[in-house]
Amino acid sequence: MEQFLIDTFGDNILTYIIMPVPVLIFLSLFALGAVLAERKVSAYMQDRYGPNRVGKGILQTLADMIKLFQKEDITPAKADKLLYNLAPFIVFTATFMGYAVIPFCSLYIGADLNIGIFYFLAITSLSIVGILIAGWASNNKYSLFGAMRAVAQIISYEIPTALAILIVVMIAGTLSMQEIVELQGGGILNWFIFGGPGGATKYILLPFLFAAFMVLYISTLAETNRTPFDIPEAESELVAGFHTEYSGMKFAMFFFAEYGQMFAVSAIVATLFLGGWQSPFGELIPVLNTPVAQIIWFILKGCIFVFVQMWLRWTLPRLRVDQLMILCWKYLIPVSFINLFAVGLYIVL
Amino acid sequence: MSLYDGIFYAFAIITVVSAFIVVLSKNIIYSAVSLFITLFGVAGFFVLLHADFIAVTQIMIYIGGILVLLIFGVMLTTKITDVKLKTKNINALTSAIFVIGITAVLIFIMLTTNWKVAEVVKYDETIDKIGVLLLTDYLLPFEIASIILLIALIGAAMYARKSK
Repeated sequence: MEQFLIDTFGDNILTYIIMPVPVLIFLSLFALGAVLAERKVSAYMQDRYGPNRVGKGILQTLADMIKLFQKEDITPAKADKLLYNLAPFIVFTATFMGYAVIPFCSLYIGADLNIGIFYFLAITSLSIVGILIAGWASNNKYSLFGAMRAVAQIISYEIPTALAILIVVMIAGTLSMQEIVELQGGGILNWFIFGGPGGATKYILLPFLFAAFMVLYISTLAETNRTPFDIPEAESELVAGFHTEYSGMKFAMFFFAEYGQMFAVSAIVATLFLGGWQSPFGELIPVLNTPVAQIIWFILKGCIFVFVQMWLRWTLPRLRVDQLMILCWKYLIPVSFINLFAVGLYIVL
Repeated sequence: MSLYDGIFYAFAIITVVSAFIVVLSKNIIYSAVSLFITLFGVAGFFVLLHADFIAVTQIMIYIGGILVLLIFGVMLTTKITDVKLKTKNINALTSAIFVIGITAVLIFIMLTTNWKVAEVVKYDETIDKIGVLLLTDYLLPFEIASIILLIALIGAAMYARKSK
């Protein structure tokens, strides 16, 4: 894709501006779909219909979006104007920058860095700064508390995330996202959740890799501030957390960033453990391995995890702060270290 | 001007301007946010030098770690955000003389030195080399750093404990 653009437009800035556009389009469509899906999923779980008026409910998000565009943009009088306006952009930019290393198919990845997954970990931590600024600049105690809780939570859960990712990196021997996916070619049994490529001995790792997969999924769920880890925006205590004061398009940007993050972390989990864009049938059915099919596989895997996130959100109650920290420090991190040790031992032997 | 130069100057302007704001701002939060931009700009330079691992480490440690801790500390400290920082000048004349003098010397050295220009070496896989070097030639500093971090961690946990 990159080479094609360089051939077409030359090695100039235009190429690098066009490169991320497909992701932006995908993200917009995904957010539209996911917001509707979230409302429908929650509705059916609570035994009601959900949105069913605007175009039988399908156009509801579109109508909401048009409403958000038209809404008055309110800045609180006592807010810090500059930072208040800057924060949504930082949060959204950080989320979008993470997409640079997500491999959508064998031909399309924003930038196949040889430090891909490490870049993703670092760049998502930029959104913390945006959240802190949003909370502080709103000059509202709920916003500030929401921001602080969000940041404390994200920082704590970065540790199990990194440790779980490290396990895959150790087996794969590379940090490049595209290479990690390529290693998992040749059918479902070569995915990293089943030990990656290798002989029969790799199945010894199965329990450890499954544990690592669960740790990664749980901690990424916490990093996106979704229920059951949504104490940063606990409605009953904090109104709406760090974006309480935001309205109109700026609120929409936070919202957009949240859905972007939901897909991004799901995509990372899918890439690391479930073969990314690889077809589960391997080479048996070649037509399912074409780039178009790869994109469909990838988005399908991502969307399954997004659905699980929604499912959890509408089934589980919110954790308390102390439970949240206990889960992270007393369960996820020790489990990650045991995993790391076991996998390291396997590799050395 | 090539794309590379353009990006370099863009990052240079961003870094220098935001570094000035860090020093001159009267509001501590503004300083912290400018520091964020400065550190990000420096990470941009590392990328331009093909030191991608260091660039990402820069973002992760300085922005994701230290800066967030800094802002957090500032926000948790009561009333510190309302304090007007003292950024007025004292002894303007003496400092001006020194600044002009040092700048002149530096520019003189910069222009007269016969700089050796090393050939641009582009490593494809910096991370491999860093990993190997850390566990062979630089094992001792690496281990000492880890022990210091462990001490800091235990110390922090001790302070955080409720004394009985």
